[in-house]
Amino acid sequence: MQISKSLKRLIYWQLGIPVTLLTIGIYHGLMQTIYRSGLIHQNSFAHLDYYQGLTLHGVINAIVLTTFFAVAFGHATITFYLKSEPNKFISWLSFWLMAIGTDFAAWAMLSGKASVLYTFYPPLKGHPLFYLGAALLIVGSWLPLFDWARMYVHWKKSNRETKTPLAVLGTLVNFIIWFVCTLAVAYEVLVLLLPWALGWKPTVNVTLARTLFWFFGHALVYFWLLPAYIMFYTMLPKLAGGKLFSDLAGRIALFLFLIFSVPVGVHHQYSDPSISQGIKLFQGLLTYGVTIPSFITAFTLAASLEYAGKKRGSKGLLGFFKKLPYLDPNRYLFAYMICGLILFIFGGLTGMVNASGQLNSVVHNTAWLPGHFHMTVAGPVFLAIIGMSLYLYSTNSGKKIFLPRLNVIIPYLWLIGILIFSTGLSWGGLIGEPRRTNLGLTYLNPKNELFTPEWVPTTMLALLGGIIMTIAALFFFIVFFGTMFSRKKVQAQLTLPVSEALHDEKRIPLFDTFKPWLVTMAVILVISYTPALINALKNPGPGAPRFTPDSPVPQETSNTIK
Amino acid sequence: MPEMDPSEKKVLVTTGIVLMLFIFSVLYARNRNNDLPECIPYNKTYTEPKISKIDDSTYQVFAVAKMWQFEPSKIYIPVGSEVDFYVTSMDVVHGFNIPEKNVNLMAVYGNINKTTVKFEKAGVYKITCHEYCGIGHQSMQAEVIVNIPLNK
Ligand code: HEM
Ligand SMILES: [Cu+2]
Ligand SMILES: [Cu+2]
Repeated sequence: MQISKSLKRLIYWQLGIPVTLLTIGIYHGLMQTIYRSGLIHQNSFAHLDYYQGLTLHGVINAIVLTTFFAVAFGHATITFYLKSEPNKFISWLSFWLMAIGTDFAAWAMLSGKASVLYTFYPPLKGHPLFYLGAALLIVGSWLPLFDWARMYVHWKKSNRETKTPLAVLGTLVNFIIWFVCTLAVAYEVLVLLLPWALGWKPTVNVTLARTLFWFFGHALVYFWLLPAYIMFYTMLPKLAGGKLFSDLAGRIALFLFLIFSVPVGVHHQYSDPSISQGIKLFQGLLTYGVTIPSFITAFTLAASLEYAGKKRGSKGLLGFFKKLPYLDPNRYLFAYMICGLILFIFGGLTGMVNASGQLNSVVHNTAWLPGHFHMTVAGPVFLAIIGMSLYLYSTNSGKKIFLPRLNVIIPYLWLIGILIFSTGLSWGGLIGEPRRTNLGLTYLNPKNELFTPEWVPTTMLALLGGIIMTIAALFFFIVFFGTMFSRKKVQAQLTLPVSEALHDEKRIPLFDTFKPWLVTMAVILVISYTPALINALKNPGPGAPRFTPDSPVPQETSNTIK
Repeated sequence: MPEMDPSEKKVLVTTGIVLMLFIFSVLYARNRNNDLPECIPYNKTYTEPKISKIDDSTYQVFAVAKMWQFEPSKIYIPVGSEVDFYVTSMDVVHGFNIPEKNVNLMAVYGNINKTTVKFEKAGVYKITCHEYCGIGHQSMQAEVIVNIPLNK
């Protein structure tokens, strides 16, 4: 369909800004593997300190890229399926809030005043503009939800008996999860941290801040994942040359995510003090509820791919795997998605390990964790994001893909890189290699008394994987910016691949309405989080003053801005 | 449910069984090897680094994490002792990880963390800080030295 110039420009910026910033994120990803393997024994390289770079890496890759993309992709799906455009003023206001917020945070991180990592746990204190920037980015990303909800209600009025398009349902579910979970982190940032960082409040309750952070932090991973899920359900079957096995399965999975994704954040705090074993166990068991929508999805996608393979003439039980369009440059999105799905098998399995309280004590905060989540957020999520960014950009601008044959092998290269990289990190984690650590200075430095030779092979594997990933990412930048700077060739339009359903079940009202699900979500949340918050308020002692990363002496309260 | 494919039913049943298996394993493993840390309210006593012997084979360690060391930094105990670790921080968040014993705790200002672990074999067990705690984070390690034979 044809869309207005304004919306087109909005989508360009929302895709272009994060991909440009991603160059810094990837650069420091590679540097981390170099420092960690002991190839260099330095605090910093090219004026960028290890932990400053790690903060940039986490914030840019996992927060800025994912949030900008989710909003851009939301605009695209809502506009495409509801056949009308979002409100111009609201969508640009949202864009500017997000862009200004990103600028604030980027300034704080690049000037070295907020090397607090993307989780910014107090009482480590970053520059106030870092917190303000994060808050603006989040608040900006809320605005479109209200506009889309208005459009949806309007559409529903004249389409009462029509099923809500699956992609629209997915986008709304995703942003409802986002809105609910970010309320907690907005409270943490604006009420607990910002006044404290400015020196207006002397202390902060660290456990309360961590509990609010993880209320947000776990749901965040579903906010990353759902755009990819929307693509898997509504586009992948079509790209594979088949149909979606069941439309209803997709709806059920989405609503189950709505229920299970928020009330389980305490599973990130298994090792924390002051939170009772009972509540940890309860949320741990609830976490396994997510296996239901995950298994439904795994089955439905596999069945859809099988159908596509059979239609293309495959034989035997698993013959369909051989008949899929893996290297078709015109269907490069298929390649991006299938590589993501392969990684997700391992990402999901390692995730189930983390969810167990007992196994968590083996892996918590070790290199195992980045090993796990590079197979989720840097796997299916990242590949879906960059593939779709390229797709939306090129179709909206009417430009052809630059170097299409190179483009289609990028995801396979990334897949190989990640598998090696994550093997190194996971193995390292199992033998005690800590995460978030500049290992090259001490543990991987033969001249240092802390030298730990066991971690040489593990960090070397991670280095090798990291190099391959960086090459894949470089190729992507060449293709993306090459496309951007090429001339317009074909008619520009907003278009998305649309899968038909093989089993297109008739509309079931329960799976086409939000109310009962929102109520259930609220009830479980209250049950699950009331005791956790009471624990966090009651068990800790004195609140903590402000510390900067370079000194064990707390900052004076009168010294407001540093 | 309308029009459910037979294979969809199978997959739902499989999911149910797998889920039960998980939940069973989680509950079964509780209290066996190592459990979640104990939840105890804050008390100032634990913020003074200390090793105390309760009886011949039971020790109590108040471990205090500071930027960028643990106190006490060397903990000598006899082979076969059971140790209660009480862990806290005087500044930012630190980690307290003994990989060989699956001891994995966060040290948090104003909060007391606790776990119990038995050291059956002689040896040197490293305690590594595995949470970023500022510029000296990569040098923050302590040791449990299990060497003195247990005298019966
Ligand atoms: C060339 C590609 C990449 C390489 C070599 C790389 C490497 C690494 C390494 C070695 C770490 C662990 C550092 C440490 O714990 O000390 C890390 C952390 C992380 N990476 Fe990547 N990464 C890459 C791409 C990505 C992408 C694409 C994403 C997300 C979309 C991502 C998200 C993260 C996150 C969220 C962390 C955790 C940061 C923290 O602990 O604060 N990475 N990365
Ligand atoms: Cu989680
Ligand atoms: Cu540390």
